[in-house]
Amino acid sequence: MSQLEFVQGNIACGKGAIAAGCTFFGGYPITPSTEVAEYMAAALPKIEGGCFIQMEDEIAGIACAIGAAWTGARSMTATSGPGFSLMMENIGYAFMTETPCVIVNVQRGGPSTGQPTMAAQGDMMQARYGSHGDYSIIALCPATVQECFELTVKAFNLSDQFRCPVFVMTDEIIGHMRERILIPDSVEIIRPKPAKPTDLPFGTDESDIPGFLPFGSGQRIHVTGLTHDERGYPDSSSYQRHEMLIKRLVHKIESRRHEIADYEIVNPDAKIIFICYGVPARTVQQLAAQDKAIGYLRLRIVWPFPEEVLKQFKNVTTFIVPEMNLGMISREIERHTAIPVVSVGKIGGDLHTAQELQEVANAYKTAGGQR
Amino acid sequence: MKAQVKEDWFRKDRLPHIFCVGCGNGTIINCVVDAVFHLDLDIDKTVFLSGIGCSSRAPGYMASDSLHTTHGRALAFATGVKLGRPEFDVIVYTGDGDLAAIGGNHFIHACRRNIDMTVVCMNNQIYGMTGGQGSPCTPIGKLSTTTPYGAQETPFDLCELAVGAGANYVARWTSYHVKELRNAVITGIETPGLSFIEVLCQCPTSFGNKNKIGEGVEHASYLRKNAMLLQKARRMEEEGKKIPPETFIVGEYVKRSRPVMGGKT
Repeated sequence: MSQLEFVQGNIACGKGAIAAGCTFFGGYPITPSTEVAEYMAAALPKIEGGCFIQMEDEIAGIACAIGAAWTGARSMTATSGPGFSLMMENIGYAFMTETPCVIVNVQRGGPSTGQPTMAAQGDMMQARYGSHGDYSIIALCPATVQECFELTVKAFNLSDQFRCPVFVMTDEIIGHMRERILIPDSVEIIRPKPAKPTDLPFGTDESDIPGFLPFGSGQRIHVTGLTHDERGYPDSSSYQRHEMLIKRLVHKIESRRHEIADYEIVNPDAKIIFICYGVPARTVQQLAAQDKAIGYLRLRIVWPFPEEVLKQFKNVTTFIVPEMNLGMISREIERHTAIPVVSVGKIGGDLHTAQELQEVANAYKTAGGQR
Repeated sequence: MKAQVKEDWFRKDRLPHIFCVGCGNGTIINCVVDAVFHLDLDIDKTVFLSGIGCSSRAPGYMASDSLHTTHGRALAFATGVKLGRPEFDVIVYTGDGDLAAIGGNHFIHACRRNIDMTVVCMNNQIYGMTGGQGSPCTPIGKLSTTTPYGAQETPFDLCELAVGAGANYVARWTSYHVKELRNAVITGIETPGLSFIEVLCQCPTSFGNKNKIGEGVEHASYLRKNAMLLQKARRMEEEGKKIPPETFIVGEYVKRSRPVMGGKT
C-alpha cells in the first residue's frame, strides 16, 4: 500500500534512498543536512546488508561511500556547503573512476561557515565545476518534499545508469519544511549495465558507458584516479590517452543532456518567462497563478544544462531568473540565448516574495526586454 | 580463486614496476605476497587499496581487485569496502606521507574503530614520489628538499600512535627483516581488527642520497645495523640507558583483542 506521510525534506531524501535500495551511508554531521544521516542511521541497520557509518570528516564520508559502491552497494552521503567543499577531490575521483554514488547537498548560506541554518543555492557552480579538471555531472533540484523523495530515487538510477556521482541539490528550506508526501509501494530501479565477460573494465561500446564489475566479480579489476586505459591501468604519459578518456567521460553525460532533461513548462507563449529551480520555483508558481502574462520554466535537473529547451519560448522578450545566490544559473542561461536574461539574486536565507518578483516582471512587461 | 603458485598474486602484465633501483618497496610487496600465499587467501575475495605515493602504486601490481585512491584517504575508502563486503580480506598499502600527514586523521580513526583490515606502511622517512620532501617521519636533523638545513620537527612514532589509537595488532620491521615482516603480515591478517605493520624502507634515490647513506644495499644495511629489538629497547629504558639516535625499534608492539568493527562472521 502506498502511504501518505507528513515529513521534512531531509527525511524524504532518506526515505527515497531506502526505497531506491540504498544499503550504505557514510557521512559526517553538518547543519542543515544532519537529519538525512540520522534517518539513515536508524533505517539502514534494519535492512539486510545495510550499513551506516559516521566518519571522521566529509572527505572520509564520500571516500567510504565510493569504497562501498565498488562492492556493488547503492551508496550515498549527505552534507552541506562546507562539507561539499571538502568532498570535491573525491567527487572528481568518483567521476574519473566512474563510480556510481549519490550526494545530497542541503545548501546553506556561504562562503565559509556563513549561515548554517539558512537556505541558499550558492553551491550550484561548485556542483558543476568544484573539482579540478574537465568533467561533467548530474544535479537534481527538488522544489517540494515530494520531489526530495522522487529525485533521490532518480539520482540513484541516473548514477547507476551513467556511472557517475549524482547530486541532489536541496536547500535548508526544503530540507526542514514539512509537507505531505505520497510514498509509493515500489519505485523504478535501474541498476548499472552488467559487463559481459569479454568486456574490459573500462572498455565501452557506442554508449560510452562501461558495464559495471564490482569487486568480487572475479574479474579482478584495478581502479585508479590516474588517467587509465580500458583495462583500468594507469597511462598518464600520453596526451591522446588523457584526451580520449576525459572526452568520453564528459561525452557520456553531455551528449545525453536533452534525454536526461527533466523540467516543467507553464505558459510558454508568454513574453516574460521565469526560469527557476529548487525552492524559488514555489514563489514563481504562486506568481504565475496570479499573473497570466508570465510563464515559467522550472528545471528539476539543472546539470547537465538542457539549453535546447530555451528554444521553446517563441514569444519571450525577457528571461527572469530568481535564484538564492547572486546569479549563477542565470549566467549559464545567458551563454545559450540572445534574449535578455535578468538575474534576481537574493541571499541571506529568505525566499523572494511574490511581490518582489511581480515588480521585476512588471518592469520588463512593456519594455520588451529593455528596462 | 586460490593461487597455485605465488606468482599468481601478481598482475603480470603490469610488471616491471616503476620503483627506483635499490628501492625497498619491491621487497615489502614480496613479503606481503608471501603472507597472502601462505594463508591461501582467495584472490577474488581480497582487495588491495592505497592512497598516493610510491608505496601506493603497489596495488596496481596485485592480481586481485584493487583501488588506488586519493592522497591520504585509502583507509576511508577501505572502510567502505570492508563494511560493504565484510567477508573480504582488505589490505592497504601506504607510506609515511600518505598515512601520517594528509591521512593522519583517517589513520587514528581506523585504529580507533579497529576495523578488520591490514595496513602496511612503507616508511622511507621522506616523500619519494614528489622528489624527496620532508615527511612527518623525517628524523630531526635529516636532510630533504624542504628541510635543507635539517628537519626541525619531532617525527611521529607511528607504532606508538597506532597502539594509542586502539589497533589490535601493531608491529615494526624493516625491509631487511623479510622473514619477520612476512610473519608479521601473516599475524596481522589473522588477527581480527586493525593490524598496523610499519616497515622502515630504504629510499636511495631521495633519503639515502640526501643524507649520504648510500645506494640500496648500503641503505638496507643501515636499516639492519640500526635496528634494535623492542624488548631490548624497553629494557634499556627501564635501566635508564639512552637509546642511541637513528635507532629503529623493531618487533611486535601489541597483539590484543579489543572489540572489532567489520569482522568476518
